[in-house]
Amino acid sequence: MKNEEMETTYTIPVGPIHPALKEPIRLDLKVDGERIVDVDVVVGQVHRGIEWLGMNRNNPIQNIYLAERVCGICNISHPFAYVMAVEHAAGISPPERAEYIRAITAEMERIHSHLLWAGVAAHEIGFESVFYLVWRVREKIMDLIEYVTGNRVTKAMFQIGGVRRDITEEQFPRIRKTLDYYKSIFDQLKTVFLDDRTIRMRAKNVGVLKREDALKLLAVGPTARASGVAKDVRQDQAYSAYADLDIKAVTPDILTGSIVGDVYDRIIVRLLEIKQSMEIIERCLEEMPPGAILAEPKMAKVLNTLKKAEGEGVGRHEAPRGEVIHYVRLEAGRETLATWKIRAPTYVNLMSIPTILKGGQIADVPIAFASIDPCISCTNRAMVVDRKTNEKSIMTYEELHQLCVEKTRRLSNGLVK
Amino acid sequence: MEILNPEEIVESFKATLGSNFIDSKIYQREVALKKNIFTSIWIYVKRDAFRQAVDLISKLQEYPHLSIISSSDLGDSVELIYHFAIYYGHHLKGLSLGLCLSLPKNDLKIPTITDIIPGAIFTERETQEMMGVEVVGIPDNRRLFLPDDFPEGVYPWRKDEKGPHDLLRVLPGHSCHSEPLTPCHSERSEESHTAQDRLREETQEPWEKK
Repeated sequence: MKNEEMETTYTIPVGPIHPALKEPIRLDLKVDGERIVDVDVVVGQVHRGIEWLGMNRNNPIQNIYLAERVCGICNISHPFAYVMAVEHAAGISPPERAEYIRAITAEMERIHSHLLWAGVAAHEIGFESVFYLVWRVREKIMDLIEYVTGNRVTKAMFQIGGVRRDITEEQFPRIRKTLDYYKSIFDQLKTVFLDDRTIRMRAKNVGVLKREDALKLLAVGPTARASGVAKDVRQDQAYSAYADLDIKAVTPDILTGSIVGDVYDRIIVRLLEIKQSMEIIERCLEEMPPGAILAEPKMAKVLNTLKKAEGEGVGRHEAPRGEVIHYVRLEAGRETLATWKIRAPTYVNLMSIPTILKGGQIADVPIAFASIDPCISCTNRAMVVDRKTNEKSIMTYEELHQLCVEKTRRLSNGLVK
Repeated sequence: MEILNPEEIVESFKATLGSNFIDSKIYQREVALKKNIFTSIWIYVKRDAFRQAVDLISKLQEYPHLSIISSSDLGDSVELIYHFAIYYGHHLKGLSLGLCLSLPKNDLKIPTITDIIPGAIFTERETQEMMGVEVVGIPDNRRLFLPDDFPEGVYPWRKDEKGPHDLLRVLPGHSCHSEPLTPCHSERSEESHTAQDRLREETQEPWEKK
């Protein structure tokens, strides 16, 4: 019996160049026919040794810009966690106004990241019109980010002890205008993503992660919240302006009354979080106190303080994909950090991938994998290994994507008939 | 679930671990306008009581969130910090709890905690390959980030002779900031420095030559 099983199982390595997203990662899928029996995640293709550079080459201020480049999408979240860790280690307190500006930029990042993900998810199931619609809508927030920070990506807003740019009264109307635009189209977005039957067919009961599994596998962010785990650093721990704002973790039962933990629930959570982010930005604009934006504007002085400082600190921030944590250790007399440990949310969310994919179909892999919004890159090919003959065949990104798209068509046609 | 304050948490560690409890630190600061308190706790324990301490954390919080294990090369020893987050799901009650252990360089071993927290597997694998700390009883012994052809016995986060100094490609005219610590290694690095100097001389523009 076991032998037979062996002969009927195939291994499909998907990636390192991948059907779902931007950066490389390899999934080894063991399949029995169309059904996925086991999954192994192989990472490390883009390990750039950023922590090593921070411990050996850069000084702590240069590291802010290095932290920004950990991820193109979360280029506010990483510096956010990093500067908090350094501030805790060196005992520097940022002014209150800076805390609010930090939260505003971080929430803008969440809106653009969630919209970006929604577009990718639509593309994965072959719903190209929604992909275009969402990415067109996303341009508005990108324009706003550029207006406020001066750049679309790598915004260089953060500084140890505050932020580098102020948000002034004159800028408020422009910010409110963009928020009003999103408010006006929010119901439309909600209808497209939650009521469309194509999306419901492809997302409901697909890629299920149960609450207990999410807890055991340390899932974070929307992946955890969609499974009913109310983990959200903004709600849990007092940091930055979030401590003032009574934030509540978004779980899908707010809308549907139940928690399934499937792809559909992850869509709900992200959609509602876009609304939550808009509310946070509005409240921050209302309550933002006047005052300085930097604890110490002279960077040479800050650098000198950090060189003499001795201590350790940990900074946690809720990035769009979940908790990001930076640990920093400073030693007196050392120009660089003594220890720097970065943990991005996908690092822990990847451990849930085997559970999410197991029992599903190959054609569901792109959408189910994309549903945790992994921050690691995109596909060109997958290799199919036939266990019996040990023959290898390359499955291109287009073929795998085609499989996923065809499934949508098949299901839609079935419905029409 | 009863939520303890930081002092009570430290007390419960003291009471449970007895002489295996070494030290503790409570770090608190006020944030933003409402002056809510950010808290992080650091608990230093002996290795013998490590699993006992993790069990205690699992009692404070069902399914404690292990964010990451960080490791620092401190010369004679390696310090591991297990960064936990407890009391999540409760508004502003959550806190960071760092469980700190010091392992002597000649005995870099730590028991696995994947039986208590299955999601610890990635960070245990990473600690093993990057710092050379053996995780005893780890269910998956493979490397995580390092490629299979990465040399054995070299650990990128180490600052001693087992660090990645020989693997660095240093551009001509630049020096490597990471200074090897041991004498045997400085000899080797001197050799590589002469090789570097040669390269530098070869690539120097005429006006840069002395």
